[in-house]
Amino acid sequence: MGRYLLTLRRFWATALASQLEYQLNLLIDLVAMAGNLAGSLFVLSLFYGPGRSLGGWSWEAALVVLGTYTVLDGVASSLLRPNLSTIVAHVQQGSLDFILLKPIDSQFWLSFRTFSPAGLPEIVTGLGLILWAAVKAGAELSPVRCLATGLMLGASLVILYSLWFGLATTSIWFVKTWNATEVLRAALTAGRYPISAYPLRLRSLLTVVLPVAFLTTVPAEAILGRASLSTGAASLLMATVCLLLCRGFWGFALRFYTSASS
Amino acid sequence: MTIAKGLRIARVLLSSQYAYMLEYRAEIALWALSGVVPFIMLALWSQVDASGAGPQALGLNRLQLSRYFLSAFIVRQFSIAWVVWAFEEDALQGRLSHALLQPLHPLWRYLSAHLAEQATRLPFVAALVGLFFLLQPDTAWLPSLGQALSAVLAIWMAFAINFLLQSAIAILCFWSERASALERLLYIPYLFLSGLVAPLEVFPPGVRAFALWTPFPYLIAFPAQLLSGNPLTFRGGFAAMAAWIALLLPLVGLLWKAGVRRYSAMGA
Repeated sequence: MGRYLLTLRRFWATALASQLEYQLNLLIDLVAMAGNLAGSLFVLSLFYGPGRSLGGWSWEAALVVLGTYTVLDGVASSLLRPNLSTIVAHVQQGSLDFILLKPIDSQFWLSFRTFSPAGLPEIVTGLGLILWAAVKAGAELSPVRCLATGLMLGASLVILYSLWFGLATTSIWFVKTWNATEVLRAALTAGRYPISAYPLRLRSLLTVVLPVAFLTTVPAEAILGRASLSTGAASLLMATVCLLLCRGFWGFALRFYTSASS
Repeated sequence: MTIAKGLRIARVLLSSQYAYMLEYRAEIALWALSGVVPFIMLALWSQVDASGAGPQALGLNRLQLSRYFLSAFIVRQFSIAWVVWAFEEDALQGRLSHALLQPLHPLWRYLSAHLAEQATRLPFVAALVGLFFLLQPDTAWLPSLGQALSAVLAIWMAFAINFLLQSAIAILCFWSERASALERLLYIPYLFLSGLVAPLEVFPPGVRAFALWTPFPYLIAFPAQLLSGNPLTFRGGFAAMAAWIALLLPLVGLLWKAGVRRYSAMGA
């Protein structure tokens, strides 16, 4: 365990040092974040006309969901995208061999090798939006509730990671599944809005097949004090199942890995 | 260049690019699938409509809403451009040097690649549209010949604007290696103002008036309205598109001339 933590610190320190060489990128990321957030707020506001609301959620409550989405998006651009998009290249060029030979877990190496500060502004803004909107919506931020929210947010991150990694794993067979993650990203934009705003048929699809409900709606419900114990338990269960499946799938896929040009 | 020679070049370029794109049909199918955003938004807007506020609140009834978003999906599929990425890769890998030596403007090659990719996309998009009608049979409609022709023309013009916008950004590769970051920034107003996530009818009047001064609503909302047969809320849509093309075309030409002079092959 200690070895992994030490490795992680080295990974991220070097990644950060090399990323900070490109300061203009940071500015572009900030502008992109502001633009995206403004656009999302604008679209959300369109749903709140006279006598209209989104799935029975008040404006402030819907903002909490948007904040959760922003946090997840930030984590995706900081950790998931920079790391998991390289799996395809490793398979294609055969450099996955070197990673498998290292005396460290290959999934760990592939998932946490680098870190991009690009998503940090989004994570901070998202967390700020969650807290601000939750207070505005009249939620009491007791320590227990904050703890529960953190737990739900953690579960949603695990689910997101598992989905993404599982999809990236398929590149062992199909090599070029780079845009499969693009499809996932597009489908996940459904998480910008509370799940109850969708038609009934789609709701079950977005809960079980593509667990968008657990990604953003459940953490938002947790901080607003609307989540029941069973939803929380379901979310934790979903996260555990997803993680185990993704772990097992990686092991299974590696059995089919034959290296490049062989 | 005589017309016959031009036609021959076009035929060879298109058929070779089409053969190339067919190799990547699985990837292109996934790209087509990654355009699901209009369907997500349709699901949301249809619930607003059903929640009792009534169609007046939106200015569109359920059928019109479904047809609008389906049309928006189709328009996006056939007006998308990716010159920036292809150009950036070619410039970084040094392939651009070869293209520059040929007696043909490199942008023609990208144009033919786009057209070939659209042809490869066609069956997938048709299948998705078929699936949509299967799930919601009452939304099926057949545009009249006039509607269909004007919609096709509008989609082509939207593609031309997209292509020129992206080409202009791609040419900035000659000055900076971060042209794709600029494209990322351009995508943000495109996403929110083009009508991809919400029909223009529901925009507040001020925002709508502002949006109409940008090229974005003409890239999705205007062709989608034509295709869906919904009441048109644009005045002079074609004229505005022609104006944008007339503005962008010389700009791309000028940028190209200035850029090529700065070009020093990567890795040379």
